[in-house]
Amino acid sequence: MLLPLSWLKEYVNVDGIAVEEIQRKLFSCGFEVEEITYPGGEISRVVVGKITEVQKHPNADTLVVCKLDCGEKFGRDIQIVTGAKNVSAGDVVPVALDGAILHGGVKINKGQLRGEVSDGMLCSGEELGIDDGWYTGAGVDGIMILSPEDRPGTYVKELLGLGEPVFDISVTANRPDCQCILGMAREVAAAFALPFTPPGLDYKTTGTDTGLKVSVLDAQLCPRYVGHAVEDVKIAPSPEFIRRRLILCGINAINNIVDLTNYILLELGQPMHAFDQRQVAGNEIIVRRASTGEKIVTLDEREFTLNPDNLLICDGVKAVALAGIMGGLNSEIKDDTTGVVLESAKFERANIRRSARALGQSSDSSKRFEKGVDEYTTGLAIERALHLIDKYGYGRVTATHRDVWANPDKKNPAISSTVPAINTVLGIEVPAGEIVDILRRLSFEVEVNGQAITATAPPYREDVEGTPDLAEEVIRVYGFEHIKPTMMAGAVITPGSMSREQKLAVKLKSAVMAQGFFETIHYSFYSPRDLDMFGLPEDAPERDAVAIANPISDHYTIMRRTLAPSLLHTVARNTKRGVAAGRLYELAGSYTPVAGEKLPVETPLLCLAAFGAEESYLALKGGLEQIGLAMGLCLTFEKDENLPGLHPGVSAKVLLNGKEIGWIGQLSYKAGESFEIQKPVYLAELKADKILSAAPAQPRFKPLPAFLEVTRDLALVAEETVTNGQIEMVIRAACPAVGQIRLFDIYRGVQVGPKKKSMAYTLTFIPTDKALSPEAVDEMVKAVLGALGDQLGVTIR
Amino acid sequence: MEKRISELRQEIADALSKAKDTAILSGIHSRYLSKKGEISSLMQGLGKLSKEERPAAGQLINQFRDWAEATLKEKEGALKEAELAARYKKEAIDVTLPGTLRPTGSLHPISLVRAELTQAFMGLGFSVVESPEVELEHYCFTALNVPPGHPSRDRQDTFYMGETDEVLLRPHTSPGQIRTMEKQKPPLKVVVPGRVFRSDDDTSHTPMFHQMEGLVVDKNLNLCDLHGLLDVLAKAMFDEHVHIRFRPSFFPFTEPSVEVDVSCFVCDGKGCGLCKSTGWIEILGAGVVHRKVLAGCGIDPDEYSGLAFGVGLERVAMLKYGIGNIQILYDNDLRMLGQFHS
Repeated sequence: MLLPLSWLKEYVNVDGIAVEEIQRKLFSCGFEVEEITYPGGEISRVVVGKITEVQKHPNADTLVVCKLDCGEKFGRDIQIVTGAKNVSAGDVVPVALDGAILHGGVKINKGQLRGEVSDGMLCSGEELGIDDGWYTGAGVDGIMILSPEDRPGTYVKELLGLGEPVFDISVTANRPDCQCILGMAREVAAAFALPFTPPGLDYKTTGTDTGLKVSVLDAQLCPRYVGHAVEDVKIAPSPEFIRRRLILCGINAINNIVDLTNYILLELGQPMHAFDQRQVAGNEIIVRRASTGEKIVTLDEREFTLNPDNLLICDGVKAVALAGIMGGLNSEIKDDTTGVVLESAKFERANIRRSARALGQSSDSSKRFEKGVDEYTTGLAIERALHLIDKYGYGRVTATHRDVWANPDKKNPAISSTVPAINTVLGIEVPAGEIVDILRRLSFEVEVNGQAITATAPPYREDVEGTPDLAEEVIRVYGFEHIKPTMMAGAVITPGSMSREQKLAVKLKSAVMAQGFFETIHYSFYSPRDLDMFGLPEDAPERDAVAIANPISDHYTIMRRTLAPSLLHTVARNTKRGVAAGRLYELAGSYTPVAGEKLPVETPLLCLAAFGAEESYLALKGGLEQIGLAMGLCLTFEKDENLPGLHPGVSAKVLLNGKEIGWIGQLSYKAGESFEIQKPVYLAELKADKILSAAPAQPRFKPLPAFLEVTRDLALVAEETVTNGQIEMVIRAACPAVGQIRLFDIYRGVQVGPKKKSMAYTLTFIPTDKALSPEAVDEMVKAVLGALGDQLGVTIR
Repeated sequence: MEKRISELRQEIADALSKAKDTAILSGIHSRYLSKKGEISSLMQGLGKLSKEERPAAGQLINQFRDWAEATLKEKEGALKEAELAARYKKEAIDVTLPGTLRPTGSLHPISLVRAELTQAFMGLGFSVVESPEVELEHYCFTALNVPPGHPSRDRQDTFYMGETDEVLLRPHTSPGQIRTMEKQKPPLKVVVPGRVFRSDDDTSHTPMFHQMEGLVVDKNLNLCDLHGLLDVLAKAMFDEHVHIRFRPSFFPFTEPSVEVDVSCFVCDGKGCGLCKSTGWIEILGAGVVHRKVLAGCGIDPDEYSGLAFGVGLERVAMLKYGIGNIQILYDNDLRMLGQFHS
């Protein structure tokens, strides 16, 4: 909110306190002054000048040469060339002298215009950043004409009241009472322990009553409605100080009545509305819910079709305002308005918010209601408005006062607390006297009885419920700098820890990174289109995803059940930027809907992607195997030609203890094309939860063999269709003593024969209770070869 | 005999002086010093001598053998030295050629921050807890004292999973507080790191980001303890020289609530571009857990009190590593990722 210094001063005398000090103090009390601006403050060396002579420019028909008296200090013989048509001798005008700065930082220098010296420039209102609202006559097309009384040589900035400091303050959501000048003034007074001058509220009435009827049909949506009639209104411009204050707060001045409602909104934070008495049919106001299909046209000429969720202000026959949001076009204040019904009401914030959102219509008024307005201020505002009407002669205040207040006896509760209880929250010893003084400065009613304190918050505060709130009030004024760090001396020592799964997840990441993979983090959502690009079929389980009802864009509509598309986008982005090779991974949750459950099951997935000249299916598979080993697990691989998104000939299921936990393969060329990745990408995705639950929490030592291991090399000949996996499986089944099986060469050629390959293996035989004799190893090799021959038709070369 | 010895001595000396490598040396050795070598022959020749001459001659031969062996060994030593030197010279390489890399990967900067912070808090006795990302309204709002109709519940700000407001993507890690307190009785200390989601996507916001929630519930906790705790956090995050300050703020689930600023670690509080000349950088929100929140979880607020804080991990990563734009963190450019080896 914006707070002009002069308006603050109406309620607290802060003379002699620097604006920076006010800023600092407000900051420590919980109100951050985001900026202090000085509208018009940049203007300099613009002074009052009286035109003594106007002559035609000798060399230009459209220009005139003026002589000006700018006072003793700036010169009584200033010559200025201007093209303006509205100046003549005797006029008093703003003169920008040599070196002057105008609104927006525009610099003015002495110069020559068509051969005639010009010592500066005569200014329009626009060049000084003001209009008729700020200074009557500033809006004229041409040079701004000042009052003949204005003394030459006077600085125009001071004359026009420009350059006043305006604080831009951010107010937290719990303090709607501070969303106004008065609220901030109360805080400033409390913070500096200065007296607070209450606003003027008195007014005279005509003593007559117009007979206005007010009824509220929904007290929940409108807990208080005050209407008051004013007669003999003369619509005119507001007094200058009101117009200027509105402008400083970013609101245009319109006329005295409209400006008054805006002024009260800024000053007290209470939105008000003024109806033209002539348009209040039946001299009656009814606050009710709209009926379905009912229509209203608001001041901005937009028509809305309503439903019972929308609250209306109606007269005897029709709707005249969308309650709390905007007045109706039909009851607008006009230049010839003579009677006004003023409204000050509290509408339920949630309803205003819903209506404003649903209708797509909002205003300063609805925004203010959404922050929260209190019923006490509703009453204060009408009195303040009537006071100003009376004081500045806008009209005659009648005695027609209607206050429909559902719960006038509602009061803030008296909070029973103690000095030690407050200090227990804070952890320091704020003296009792200080506590009481601070609360009283904040307008709390405080009763003290020994250490006991009973405090009642002022009626405009609805955020104070108990001792912690009192403690907060005390410390923010007492000063947070009094809080000193301690290390929970009263707390029990607890063992800090991670769960078994969390520790293993850390280990898993380390194992993955040891294989050269860099961690990536992607959004947890993408769109079905990403699944299309990857090539998932229509019936893929990954398409049965948790959907976001209100996505921020159609790129982010479903929760991920596979991470692969995210990593592929990243691979594509990297390759497009010229990154030639890389290994990437993500360990992140997947979200699987469960029938009958509100929440999906969240389990982690590990996705790996590798691209670049040195990558291959086997390089990635080796990486996976190594990761498995690091986790104390043995991953196995089973050919699978039907994995979506993958090359049918270069893809496999990944198994752990015989159970499928994921897949690995080369990205299909079709998917590569969709993601615009030209080079091969190798991908794998594993259910990380299966790895974490199967992995041993810690290694277990196996005694080293007491006898030497024996190796034998075997050159086998197999049909082309026989796989290494099959051969390994048969060897292991045939001989439990075989440890490592290492394929070290594959040869195809005439010596081997067509459709055949020679595969050279080194087998390691591990002795158990005695050394292996060559004869014993021969026997085992024989058994292995026998099984290979029988089951796979594999022979020795 | 003496003459023959002298001849042989000369022969050996000549041969050795010409020998250029150890292979020639072993030829010389076998010719003179092997079982069938010249010196052995001399020994065998002793038989031809008289009994009286034999001892003296034998002694001479033995002395000669000792000389020959020593000389040969000496020469061998010299030659080996020379050969090694030659080999070293031959094998010399350009030691400034590029090294052979076996690259390892690294954590994403957000994970790096998360790991550092969880480590620091485990040291203070905190357990690490994970909590659902798709979450019930109750845990995200109601149990945290966020009233119905509060703007943070708005469908403009929060992602919902259906037409009702019952299931949503958690907009903060605070539901982790509630889930912890429902399961675990005090005293407790937990941190809840994880992904959170808000409907915001521009140069300074991403629709997903990370937070870490912290919660302590015990007897006799106060604002000074919160200050001490967050001071440790700030030092763990940035630098052991930094300190923090509190200023009043508002969150529905804490009372009192504070905004926490850390002294600028770039300029040491003197004022610079990073801290916008204030000397302070806003890093997190914290407070004393609201009595209603404790009571709602079945914890007696008269007996126990709670301290809570929530920190944005992206913000910490950006400040700590000098990353100017949050989008960089989600772009996953390998040239960025490669800069965060820990």
